[in-house]
Amino acid sequence: MNRHLLSAGDLSRDDALLIVHTAEELARISDRPIKKLPTLRGRTVVNLFFEDSTRTRLSFEVAAKRLSADVINFSTKGSSVSKGESLKDTALTLEAMGADAVVVRHSASGAPHRLAGWISGAIVNAGDGTHEHPTQALLDAFTMRRRLGRLEGLRVAIVGDILHSRVARSNVLLLDTLGAEVSVVAPPTLMPVGVGSWPCAVSFDLDAVLPKCDVVMMLRVQRERMAGAYFPSAREYSRRYGLDAPRMATLPDTAIVMHPGPMNRGMEIAAEVADSVRSTIVEQVANGVAVRMAVLYLLLGGDSS
Amino acid sequence: MPRGTPRPVTGDVSAARPVLDGDELGRAISRIAHEILERTHGGTDTVLLGIPTRGVALATRLADRMSTFEGVRPPTGSLDVTLHRDDLHLRGLRALQVTDLPVDGVDGKVVVLVDDVLFSGRTIRAALDALLDTGRPRAVQLAVLVDRGHREVPIRADYVGKNIPTSLRETVHVLLREYDDRDGVLLGPASGVDAPA
Repeated sequence: MNRHLLSAGDLSRDDALLIVHTAEELARISDRPIKKLPTLRGRTVVNLFFEDSTRTRLSFEVAAKRLSADVINFSTKGSSVSKGESLKDTALTLEAMGADAVVVRHSASGAPHRLAGWISGAIVNAGDGTHEHPTQALLDAFTMRRRLGRLEGLRVAIVGDILHSRVARSNVLLLDTLGAEVSVVAPPTLMPVGVGSWPCAVSFDLDAVLPKCDVVMMLRVQRERMAGAYFPSAREYSRRYGLDAPRMATLPDTAIVMHPGPMNRGMEIAAEVADSVRSTIVEQVANGVAVRMAVLYLLLGGDSS
Repeated sequence: MPRGTPRPVTGDVSAARPVLDGDELGRAISRIAHEILERTHGGTDTVLLGIPTRGVALATRLADRMSTFEGVRPPTGSLDVTLHRDDLHLRGLRALQVTDLPVDGVDGKVVVLVDDVLFSGRTIRAALDALLDTGRPRAVQLAVLVDRGHREVPIRADYVGKNIPTSLRETVHVLLREYDDRDGVLLGPASGVDAPA
């Protein structure tokens, strides 16, 4: 394992499988009456969130607390960041306080990478701009493996705003490492430049892809990043790229539907699809805790030198 | 690391001298099985929990013998202690092993922890913590194939296959057919990487 988790692309196949196997063992602890483990006693984990988050921040907090680490939550509201403190000065403050791990979410792509140069503790990227969100990709892979029993050879379609999606990029990199066959599906305006060099197939036609996939992962249409008029109307997007019940019926019988949340019900995913038995959306949240426990254990559990 | 892969025997096994051969190891397990039956009044309400990896195979063998001797096979399982160890921050990362408890749990049962070698006692200390987080057994006992001495915490075994006096620099290798090519216990010179466990 590397010392930090900055990109899903940094993980070797062995690293990724080690995280998934560790998460598998840790997931059983959630079924016990006593869920707390003494493993990271005396270690400090700082949640440094410059961007809003419910799921990711909560699940990192729960994960760290289950492993008995001390958790410090830092959000920009109410901190000196609103007085104009720079990322570097914030980092140096954390360094002076002796954080063993810093979980960071930032609106700027590459911010965790910069932090890694300033802080001696482990940095975990919890989403940076439109770049990466590696723990989400890990929990998605973990969910697929739990539901479908394997990752090798799985056909995964990632559908929606690929251009702005850090979840898509991390998933493409990780799933390729783990031997899945990934396709990304989006309107041409929401495909990133250079997607041809990604290790995945590219399609603009959702209906052609659906009958040939084991997993369909719907991405949120990020209204906060939609200023550029990428498609004519929400209705038109939903017609061509939204997953509704008739479309879901064209999937193979065992296929599952995933969504990293938060969802726009009725936009990229119909409510009846989100609530169907094929949907793994709630499971993904539960699995997120086990996967983040695994990441924190593997980064902090060993020798600190 | 795939689930349940045994940690490989460390050090140079060829330089080690045998202290128990396969037959003697089998007899030691039979004797422990008899002793457990005696102490637990026929093995009722008893659970055998092996500590990965070789303890798990030993627990299964003990349960098989008990079933042969008295027709009662106690439930077996495995208990990984990695997350409860006190030396995590001193050593390299350890991969987690399988924890697999019997479906009825351990509440109110006599739990016999099973491990291959009893050395510093710290593994058993961690196992007690791990066990108590999963429930409240009526009693906890300890069975080990080899007691090599050098305790660092006040822990002793209830059932011992063989006491082997060792120096701290020596290494005890337990070989089991489930993981190795044969059964046996070897005493070898220090491998340099194998600290008390």
